[in-house]
Amino acid sequence: MDATFLHRLQFAFTITYHYLFPQLTMGLGLVIVILKYRATFKGDVVAAECARFLAKLFALNFVMGVVTGIPMEFQFGAGWSRFAEAAGGVIGQTLAMEGVFAFFLESSFLYLLIFGEKKLSPRAHFASAVAVMTGSWASAYFIIVTNAWMQHPVGHEVLADGSIELTSLSAYLLNPWAPVQFAHTIAGSCLTAFVVTASLGAFYTLMGSHQAHAAKLLKVGVIGGLVAAISMAMPTGDLQARLVIKHQPIAFAAMEGHFHTEDSAGLALIGQPNMETMTLDNPIVVPSALSFMTYQRFDARIEGLTSFPREEWPDNVPLLYYAYHLMVGIGTLLIGLMAVSALALWRKRLGRTKPLLWALMLALPFPYIANTAGWLTAELGRQPWLIYGLMRTRDGSSTVVSTGNILFALLGYMGLYALLSMLFFFLFVRIVGKGPSVTPVAAEAAT
Amino acid sequence: MSLELVWFCLGALSLAAYVVLDGFDLGTGILHFVAPATARERALSMKSIGPVWDGNEVWLLAAAATLYLAFPKLYATAISGFYLPVTILIWLLAFRALGIEMKHHLHHPLWDEIWDVAFFGASTLITLFLGVALGNLVRGVSIDASGKFFAPLWTNFAVGEEVGILDWFTLLVGLTATASVALHGAIWLAHRVEGPVETRARKLVAPLAIVTLLSLLLTSAGLVVVRPDLPASLALRPLVFLLPALALVGLGAALGLARRGDYRRAFLGSATFLAAMVLTAAATIYPNVIVARIGERSISASAAKAGEYGLSVGLYWWIPGVLLAMSYFAFLYRKLPRALRDADLDDHTD
Repeated sequence: MDATFLHRLQFAFTITYHYLFPQLTMGLGLVIVILKYRATFKGDVVAAECARFLAKLFALNFVMGVVTGIPMEFQFGAGWSRFAEAAGGVIGQTLAMEGVFAFFLESSFLYLLIFGEKKLSPRAHFASAVAVMTGSWASAYFIIVTNAWMQHPVGHEVLADGSIELTSLSAYLLNPWAPVQFAHTIAGSCLTAFVVTASLGAFYTLMGSHQAHAAKLLKVGVIGGLVAAISMAMPTGDLQARLVIKHQPIAFAAMEGHFHTEDSAGLALIGQPNMETMTLDNPIVVPSALSFMTYQRFDARIEGLTSFPREEWPDNVPLLYYAYHLMVGIGTLLIGLMAVSALALWRKRLGRTKPLLWALMLALPFPYIANTAGWLTAELGRQPWLIYGLMRTRDGSSTVVSTGNILFALLGYMGLYALLSMLFFFLFVRIVGKGPSVTPVAAEAAT
Repeated sequence: MSLELVWFCLGALSLAAYVVLDGFDLGTGILHFVAPATARERALSMKSIGPVWDGNEVWLLAAAATLYLAFPKLYATAISGFYLPVTILIWLLAFRALGIEMKHHLHHPLWDEIWDVAFFGASTLITLFLGVALGNLVRGVSIDASGKFFAPLWTNFAVGEEVGILDWFTLLVGLTATASVALHGAIWLAHRVEGPVETRARKLVAPLAIVTLLSLLLTSAGLVVVRPDLPASLALRPLVFLLPALALVGLGAALGLARRGDYRRAFLGSATFLAAMVLTAAATIYPNVIVARIGERSISASAAKAGEYGLSVGLYWWIPGVLLAMSYFAFLYRKLPRALRDADLDDHTD
């Protein structure tokens, strides 16, 4: 195990674990705003109680996000000091913006959202929900700009000593990669939050408890989930794929498991990449579909992986391929599930269709898997580059930290996060067990 | 004033804001088994910082990111060089956050105990380590010929050429930091809580102020020993001596006003003391950002700074952004109850 590998493993582990929490809170912020809007301006009592209930889950996830997010702020320097030093003049801007514009907003108004309902007027309380959501979305934008620059660097200049200087803040902040990646990420986060909402609604419906609230959660979750799931694919996923084809064609070929350049290339639905034979084992391929989806022509030529020099290939092609296929596969299944559920909702049958309720309830982990796989796709696809075309990953790690010290930190994080997981599940189950209605009487009155 | 000096000052001011703001909630944690005596009193004490600790801690992230924006080489060299203590500090911050945020989820003596201990232990160790970190920056680290360093946790506790994180000098700074922050916490509790906690916190102010002052004198004497170059270099910038003078005025004011029972103003006194101490430490480091044990290997602010364009464009958003953040703080602090009573514990909407 060389030091760079351990630094990568530690970063991958801590960021993957961290993103389980903001992924929910960004989208859940929107769900709470929607429910608070109905509660504040339409006098919907059930929506008010649902918002209060989801705010509890939000707060729990927020704490986990804070605890696991602080390490990220220091990992650039700890494990990646050569990258941090060379690129700091550029990415330091957005990391500091995140602190100044996003974290202060979120942390100040979260308290008022959770505990301020009696201290503030209903409108001011609604405004704190909007402030918390704005803070978390702003945080996402600044981090995405940072990542977009690593995927597709713009607005900078490389000096003779190898350090990279910012030359245009506006070009950096408005990187064409950033709005697309932001929209795709936010759509993914909303998908997670709406699926979790629908899943809770399905759980209470099946349990026969909190009926009015369950119906509300199901309705918001299914309608929002359908919109989010579709927008994951069209337009955000499609636009993202076009950027990858244009700027990272090698990553695109690896994601699709497309080894050889072909006119009229087929789309591999499943199959296992075989790196010895440079083919897919046990493939199911839709003929010409890849050419058509990419260029809207059935005979368009798609460059295969073997047409590029081997040292430019992402270093883990099979994992990249699986990550991409998992993301697309789960995304597609969720569009189907949400479409069928929305139809049942429209026909007022959803609350009685047991198989569908079961499917919705059990869908809970899948958007998390799809979002994680999506980020794996983005980050593995960027390899072997840390900053695409500018700095290779192996040239960015810290040289002063020995492998023993990295492993010490990695094992410590694993232990800490195992403890966090246990606490999280224990408290999540407690909050869900108590449920959204404050008193049984209030629940009766609301129905 | 050069751009790098402007950013050095903004970085130092952000750190000072962090120490003043997170200082009182860390201090509350250090006193968690001294000022409150019963489980209810501990709950009340923790409740006084509950709404604000997270926002306070954001100043640490904001200060780190601000220094990163302005001095990438400082951030890259220091965070990788202090790899082990930074990692351990992060773990402690995690336990402290859990201590504060897990407790109110359920009410059981065992559950309370574990999070009370986590809150106390992590708050104390974090303060000690942050003081030790400051001590390391002031004392200087063992930068090698290639301009890098990797600090072991300790070597032989002497201050020679090959130094570790912990030695007699940095531990002394850590002790000073712990006493100062505990004093700040005692004044906060005396100001924001009513009842037995308030009474005990009031009684703690004078002893803590004396310990702070004594350890401060020892640290100052130690500073001249570990940094023999310092008196000559500070003599060239005599205005810097205003900062420790301001710190002493702040400490004196805190003690005097506390004796008169004006804990609101005493709090401002100890805030002035803490901020002036952080700024004094920063002044002993400038014009470097990392001091080396072998003087010529020190990394200067001008060598560590980012490009001119980034530094100047950064000012246009950083200053309005921080003013905006301060307005949220002002809004939130005004929504807090003036002083908590035992009865407030039963009001679960709060």
